[in-house]
Amino acid sequence: MFFASISLGSVNIPFRDVYTSLTGGQASKSTWEYIIINYRLPKAITAVLVGTGLSISGLLMQTLFRNPLAGPYVLGLSSGASLGVAFVILGAGFLPSFLKVIALSSYGIVLASTLGSTLVLLLVLLVSQRIRDTMAILIVGLMFGSFTTAIVSVLTYFSTAEQLQKFTFWSLGNLGNLSWKSITVLAVSVVFGLVLSAGSIKPLNALLLGENYAKSMGLNLKKARLIIIFATSILAGSITAFAGPIAFIGLAVPHIAKLTFQTSNHMILFWSTLLFGAIIVLFCDIVSQMPGFDVTLPINAITSIIGAPVVIWLLVRKRNFK
Amino acid sequence: MAKMNTILSTSNLSIGYKTKKVAVTIAQDLNLTFDSGKLIALIGANGIGKSTLLRTITGIQSPLAGSVFLKGKSISTYRPLDLAQSLSLVLTEKLPPSNLSVFELVALGRQPYTNWVGNLTPEDIVKVNEALTLTQIEHLTSKRHFEISDGQLQKVLIARALAQDTPLIILDEPTTHLDLLHKVSLFKLLKKLTKETQKCILFSTHDIDLAIQLSDEMIIMTPETVMQDEPCNLISKGSFNTLFKDEHIVFDAEKGKFIVS
Repeated sequence: MFFASISLGSVNIPFRDVYTSLTGGQASKSTWEYIIINYRLPKAITAVLVGTGLSISGLLMQTLFRNPLAGPYVLGLSSGASLGVAFVILGAGFLPSFLKVIALSSYGIVLASTLGSTLVLLLVLLVSQRIRDTMAILIVGLMFGSFTTAIVSVLTYFSTAEQLQKFTFWSLGNLGNLSWKSITVLAVSVVFGLVLSAGSIKPLNALLLGENYAKSMGLNLKKARLIIIFATSILAGSITAFAGPIAFIGLAVPHIAKLTFQTSNHMILFWSTLLFGAIIVLFCDIVSQMPGFDVTLPINAITSIIGAPVVIWLLVRKRNFK
Repeated sequence: MAKMNTILSTSNLSIGYKTKKVAVTIAQDLNLTFDSGKLIALIGANGIGKSTLLRTITGIQSPLAGSVFLKGKSISTYRPLDLAQSLSLVLTEKLPPSNLSVFELVALGRQPYTNWVGNLTPEDIVKVNEALTLTQIEHLTSKRHFEISDGQLQKVLIARALAQDTPLIILDEPTTHLDLLHKVSLFKLLKKLTKETQKCILFSTHDIDLAIQLSDEMIIMTPETVMQDEPCNLISKGSFNTLFKDEHIVFDAEKGKFIVS
């Protein structure tokens, strides 16, 4: 799938050439090599990072909130990131011109997005310290979502068509256009989040019986919950910052893993979710590149078109969600 | 006071809730002992504070005064993991939706002993199988926990507590939602477990007449006092008549049950 993602696109490159240029050899055409190293490879790597990170953060949320419909979106992290970006892109008109240039650079957007999701993370952490009820935290996350949408629509009212277009493009999600430097930052954050998640496998299994049983089995609930929320925030925050809000992956992939292996054991679910996440985002990426055509569709549209029916189908087929 | 086989004891324990300004005392000066090999029933009217008592002696809630000793050590000094190796719970709350099989659910009871990813060692599997055998649910092991009946699920949860391998098991109203047949078989199972494993099992219940017949000791909670004794002694003392503040409910000492007059 990884190779297919590199090979297919508006210019189709044979597998053999993909292989040789990746292993350091010469491809039959130098333009192909250029496309692979500077465009397709970073994009495929981003797809893998985005797929694994978002899927795992969805898995963590679903267990922590005992809610099969939870995902990084429900916590409001992606909304927070969107709000940050909306402020920068749509609100740049209010800034003095020299600040405007900085704010609208890609670094400005990444910074704003990270700040936005971190802000929401801190608010959620604050709420979770005061309210022990996880359902309440979930509702707070939903409120952040509504709040963000409202602020964004207020901002669009005051912004130009050009600004609006830029924000819309970001909100459609994009796996490409990442420099190697950005990918390194993204990779470090995602790997860190995944390591924290792997360390939470046992607490997650304990939480399958509910928080009180988990506590009675010796789990330090506060600490475990903090680590799980922190891991989700890092994963969702960094990915949204670099690739835009990508819908449904965090929600759908853990369900596909759960249905495939018919288990709730996180030892199995962690690795299968990781694998499915990478494969599915790579697949969506290939579809969005429209092999053989000159246009590239937004990744977010593809994940939603594939993801939404999958979730509905899962819910209809599986009645024991209760 | 502290005998060799005492697992948990309370000394001048006061239980209740502390709000910002006032402390609401539910019961005070409790001196209860929980010995190994004993099946102990906790009874009392709704809202009398049975749950508060259970929460306090399991260390979830801190006492207003006095202390709880688990194996001679104050329960407040226990780390969560050590506590989990001494005391296991069977709760009334519904389990969250999941795909857990009966075996996986019982095996979760081994969490206090497993490594950081929760891998089961051969010893863990032996303990899990022991728990499954003792509760006679071996035939259910591959079933999902939502596919079995309430009575079976209650046995599975007890097996999970057994797998946790603790000298004390506390059950919160394990017989609610069960019919008479399953109530009796559950009580008999608990009785059998205390005799075969020498564990102490404490459970709260509203099935007083069954508890009188099958438990070794009973704790009666009334607004005025909390008594712990053997059922026959409590009957001869007339303690059961203080249980409900209603002149129409009378305890018949001969028959050992409540009569509505």
